[in-house]
Amino acid sequence: MAVDRVCEALRRPQTLEALSPSGWDVLVRQARRSGLLARIGCILEAQGSIDAVPDAPRMHLRAAMLVAEAQHAEALRELASIETALAPTGVQPVLLKGCAYVAAGLLPAMGRIFTDIDILVPKHKLGEVEAALMLNGWATTHHSPYDQRYYRQWMHELPPLRHIRRGTVIDVHHAILPDTARLKPSSAKLLASARPIAELPRYAVLDSPDMVLHSMVHLFHNDDLSHSLRDLSDLDLLLRHQGRVPRFWADLVARARELDLARPLYYGLRYTNLRLGTPVPADTLRASAADAPGALVGRLSDALWSRALRPQHQTAADRWTPAALFALYVRAHWLRMPPVMLLRHLTVKALGLHEAPAAAST
Amino acid sequence: MIVSELGAPALAARLRSGGLRVRTGPVVVNIESPLADVHAGLALHYAQHTVEPADGFADFHVRVDRPRSLRRWIKPQVIFRHDGAEPFTPLAGNQGFAVLEWGLNWCVSTHCHQYLIVHAAVLERGGRALILPAPSGSGKSTLCAALAFGGGWRLLSDELALIDPATGRVVALPRPVSLKNDSIDLMRRFAPDAVFGAVVHETSKGEVAHARAPAEGLLRADQPALPAWVVLPRYLAGAPTQLAPLSRARGFMALVDNAFNYHVHGRSGFATFAGLIDRCACHEFSYSSLPEAVTLFDRLARSA
Repeated sequence: MAVDRVCEALRRPQTLEALSPSGWDVLVRQARRSGLLARIGCILEAQGSIDAVPDAPRMHLRAAMLVAEAQHAEALRELASIETALAPTGVQPVLLKGCAYVAAGLLPAMGRIFTDIDILVPKHKLGEVEAALMLNGWATTHHSPYDQRYYRQWMHELPPLRHIRRGTVIDVHHAILPDTARLKPSSAKLLASARPIAELPRYAVLDSPDMVLHSMVHLFHNDDLSHSLRDLSDLDLLLRHQGRVPRFWADLVARARELDLARPLYYGLRYTNLRLGTPVPADTLRASAADAPGALVGRLSDALWSRALRPQHQTAADRWTPAALFALYVRAHWLRMPPVMLLRHLTVKALGLHEAPAAAST
Repeated sequence: MIVSELGAPALAARLRSGGLRVRTGPVVVNIESPLADVHAGLALHYAQHTVEPADGFADFHVRVDRPRSLRRWIKPQVIFRHDGAEPFTPLAGNQGFAVLEWGLNWCVSTHCHQYLIVHAAVLERGGRALILPAPSGSGKSTLCAALAFGGGWRLLSDELALIDPATGRVVALPRPVSLKNDSIDLMRRFAPDAVFGAVVHETSKGEVAHARAPAEGLLRADQPALPAWVVLPRYLAGAPTQLAPLSRARGFMALVDNAFNYHVHGRSGFATFAGLIDRCACHEFSYSSLPEAVTLFDRLARSA
């Protein structure tokens, strides 16, 4: 298989000091495509060796770090506006993914690139939250009746809302998986154990094990694999961050089973450990192995994920990569909705029927 | 080694496979393309550019190609690829070289955040830089070409002012000067020595032709210049040549309005623009006659 410079850089950043100019050429290209250029820059800065990087690649790292910093500052400003908008609803939104890492100051905030803000609110508050946001300048983005119904009836989030002046996007979730998905993690349980952010008490984040499990679900159930390595690195940093508390590991497997997320946990621990050398206690690995798939599915999963969890760049691909990505794309849809519904959805999308205007539906 | 020393067959071979690595200003670009008009454009416009070693670091890997679709047999299009990604929709016909130029500008303006980048032409005389910030269609490139080809000014860039926040200087990115529609013939008459590439007809901007960057600009590409003037240009048919003072506040806002990455730089971006404006005289300039414009800027350069 072709070379994966990004995993190598994440696993052993100290070896970058010996990297040749052509090695940097490939690393910068792969890291940019993976959304990890800023993170590698942050890691090098944290270990005090960024100034040893040759001028040309260093400028790309610094530029990406600057973009990430600007995005983080924008996200925090945006949270202030959302807080004002949602104040009358009394809802304390739970921040998810990139925004949560940044707002709560967690390790995966390092060089994390993101633009959309993801929040989780109780399902019965969804209408109130949407109305409050609309009153303050956010408007829906998917206008066709099919898309609106797709989101509102089947998905775990509202159609993305975009602010009409600032252009910023917020995704309002009421669950971490679609209602139609095979796995049924309870939103009530997730919300019940969420904890407020010390510096931003109007917001909360998921409890440590839940945050890790959500990150795993997001990675292993996503049909868009273009940033899968970035998500794996998030998971790696999150496990390293949360794993410093010994109780964390003891709770993790039990909590995963309680939330119907035992299989994603198995994959998450296996592939962070395999690809990025994430330290996982032997007890936890053993306990989670009870949730592993059978030998055949396990081997197939390894073959597929070993190709997906790489930079999606020509220098890192082999002849099976396109087939593996397609198989995982189909799998993500398969896990997201029952077969008949999936067939209908894909037919509508393929024929472009979801773009039909609302005219005749009065 | 420079591109003209490669010879046409070697140039074409590199462009077809592996890529031609050239330096343009502070960046090294690896260019691939099977298209003949791209080969011709590079041979003409990049003749004096340095060829960089293939085993070194390239800032951008770009490719101009025909999209893979049935349309290539009926109404061929061209597509710009940045390392496999396609930031623009395909465009019609044989505008490969123009697409390459726009693509390279896009690469720089969306990635090179070590600079504050302003949509502006930049020229230099006596060590002092003249910044002409303006949106497309304002006559910025035409004025820039006139000053660079017949006005005794050195071309730093006709499109992107790369401002180094550490020094306040503008870094040169001397590239082919893009001219549109009536400006093309106007410039041919005004500067008979300028070297033009093929005129492309089917672009969204009308007719486009590129003039080769003047030799002095290329030879001195490694010399940045400290800004002394910010001038907002405007071509108005039949208008008298007029230079009017502009408040520093409006000069500042002109930089912000035309900046590509002001939002990325935050507080330091504000400080950089403020420092730049403090050092500059700011003007608004409207013109319709190129000789008069050149005379006026000549006087401006000598005055202070």
